[in-house]
Amino acid sequence: MPLVKNGQITADEFVAVADDVELPAEGAVLISAARLLADPERLVARNSPLGVIWPNNRDVAELKPWLDRLALIALVFPTYKDGRAHSQARRLREVYGYRGELRATGQVLRDQFTFLVRNGFDALDVKKETDAHAFGEATHRYTEFYQPTGDGHRSALQLRRQRHLTSAT
Amino acid sequence: MYAYDDIDRAIVHERVEEFRDQVSRRLSGELTEDEFKPLRLMNGVYLQLHAYMFRVAIPYGTLSSAQLRKLAHVARTYDRGYGHFTTRQNIQFNWIALKDLPDALADLAEVGIHAMQTSGNCTRNVTADQWAGVAPGEVEDPRVWAEILRQHTALHPEFSFLPRKFKFAITASDHDRAAIKIHDIGLKLVRNDAGETGFEVLVGGGLGRSPFIGRTIKSFVAGRDILSYIEAVLRVYNQYGRRDNIYKARIKILVHELGIEKFAAEVEQAWAEIADGPLTLDDEMIEDIRSRFIYPAYEKLPAEPDELRAAAGDARFEAWRNNSVAPHRHDGYAIVTLSLKPAGGPPGDATAEQMDAVADLADKYSFGEIRVGHEQNLVLPHVARRDLPALWAALDKLGLATPNVGLVSDIIACPGLDYCSLANARSIPIAQELSRRFASPETAALIGRLHINISGCINACGHHHVGHIGILGVEKNGEEFYQITIGGRADEGAELGELIGPAVPYGEVADVIEDIVEAYLSLRQRPDELFVDAVKRLGVEPFKERVYATR
Repeated sequence: MPLVKNGQITADEFVAVADDVELPAEGAVLISAARLLADPERLVARNSPLGVIWPNNRDVAELKPWLDRLALIALVFPTYKDGRAHSQARRLREVYGYRGELRATGQVLRDQFTFLVRNGFDALDVKKETDAHAFGEATHRYTEFYQPTGDGHRSALQLRRQRHLTSAT
Repeated sequence: MYAYDDIDRAIVHERVEEFRDQVSRRLSGELTEDEFKPLRLMNGVYLQLHAYMFRVAIPYGTLSSAQLRKLAHVARTYDRGYGHFTTRQNIQFNWIALKDLPDALADLAEVGIHAMQTSGNCTRNVTADQWAGVAPGEVEDPRVWAEILRQHTALHPEFSFLPRKFKFAITASDHDRAAIKIHDIGLKLVRNDAGETGFEVLVGGGLGRSPFIGRTIKSFVAGRDILSYIEAVLRVYNQYGRRDNIYKARIKILVHELGIEKFAAEVEQAWAEIADGPLTLDDEMIEDIRSRFIYPAYEKLPAEPDELRAAAGDARFEAWRNNSVAPHRHDGYAIVTLSLKPAGGPPGDATAEQMDAVADLADKYSFGEIRVGHEQNLVLPHVARRDLPALWAALDKLGLATPNVGLVSDIIACPGLDYCSLANARSIPIAQELSRRFASPETAALIGRLHINISGCINACGHHHVGHIGILGVEKNGEEFYQITIGGRADEGAELGELIGPAVPYGEVADVIEDIVEAYLSLRQRPDELFVDAVKRLGVEPFKERVYATR
């Protein structure tokens, strides 16, 4: 499945390692939440980028102590109708200030790209090749947004507030 | 009326183009039906028994005459010349082709109407008191807040894939016409001791297979905090709402399983993370929305004009006036309800011609504004009292002056088995039969206010649980049976009705309802004791006895 990162189709530098397989000495790895939490101190001290696959039914607040040492958090969409990871993403970015890669995995389709980007995902493990190529088109469909999120767009209310104040002076 | 600005218009048009692209990918096979389904639902498109059904949002039930004419245009151009107004302040078109939907949406977008999130597991159309802004005694016009909520919940990136659908209703009156206690979130606009405007927030109401009356989760949330507080409720629900079983996925089950105190504590914790953040409203933001609600330039008019005195001798006019005309916050004006419940008609249906004619009457008599209520009737909210006789005469010609608003034949009914793929039994023919039996204005006036609600299946689109008399269609061995409940109500004293006994076959429903009504007439203490109050006092037993003694 193609990985779209910061808007570009790109190779995945992370290697997913199963729980019962020894971690390589070097290189970026992606491990399970259970493995991370079993021995977090040792794992985050490893001298290569570390990523974790975080299940969508587990509180992301548990990750707080390790956030500044995680290079990647992969959140899961088992079906694209299951939107729990949307909330996890917003809390990680906007409440806990996570700045590493935030990747959407699972059933990731173009009709959700805009939502995913608005919620703070910067990497999408896209299910369909054609969708990956349509990233630009899909994410530029909307020029205005009603809700403020951490994506930097000003919301409709914020824009109008500005106009209102300008016209009042 | 709320006037869209360039931002609102851009979003609606961009949405239409997105849907056009999705439909074309579906038609080419690039999208599977499974992938397309949640997308079409979020644009109001269902696949029903016979065809696609298209559900259009009427936020907080407010329409301009231009918007109503455009709905008539859609009915005429893409459908079979009529539409059906629903309990969700929506209009549904039943016979529309998938290929025509993007064009229909584009036509509606020209007048600022959309079908965003009228279905699907997302935040749905925000409903409100259909008398908002004109009812006497309101804290303030709740539609300003309903519009703030509409905007915030439209295309919300975090809450478009919730465990289940999510419905808001809002009122600013002590008398609740918005049924806020049977919504996922009910909001009542209040003012605290310091004079600040805020909300009593109720959560976890809902009907369907497990009906619950909503509970107050917080007695006062300041207006500036309402979006962050709502966001916290939805975030908790998104995370913890059940996804293993769709019948247990609504927020009412989560609230019930956790208990309101524990649920409230979870919300407080989620709120603490985001309160005072970017969602906090300030006066300029609220004022900007308020400034785009345009109110009529009311004149100073007499409360009892000569025209009204002159018409008082006409018994038909007086009968209509008694139940269709309500007091207005401005002297000299009235709120007029247009019954979409003629004897023998399907409740809530209006033809394209009727819609056009109502739009014309709204221009002439109601400053171009129309409302849609959850009782499936239309409302002209700003009628000068001197114009009432002329308006009545015009409505009478259109078949829209049936004098039964709030009375026994003002029946709420879902489309039932005639249209709906979920239904187990018909609703419309039951409503038609009952409306014929109770067609006499004299009998109806004798009975007084009595709400009958009919649903063709457990999903309860006809709100049968909260009907004074509720009728629920069920299927037994391939035949249609109906369970009857009594004592339900959807207002500020909301309660769920109680079952009176075994389900009865299709052919006996109307007789049973007549028996119940006759029992009430013989049992009531005074002529002004409402049916629902008599049931409260007496319990179901005497009614049950009357119905089943001879069956």
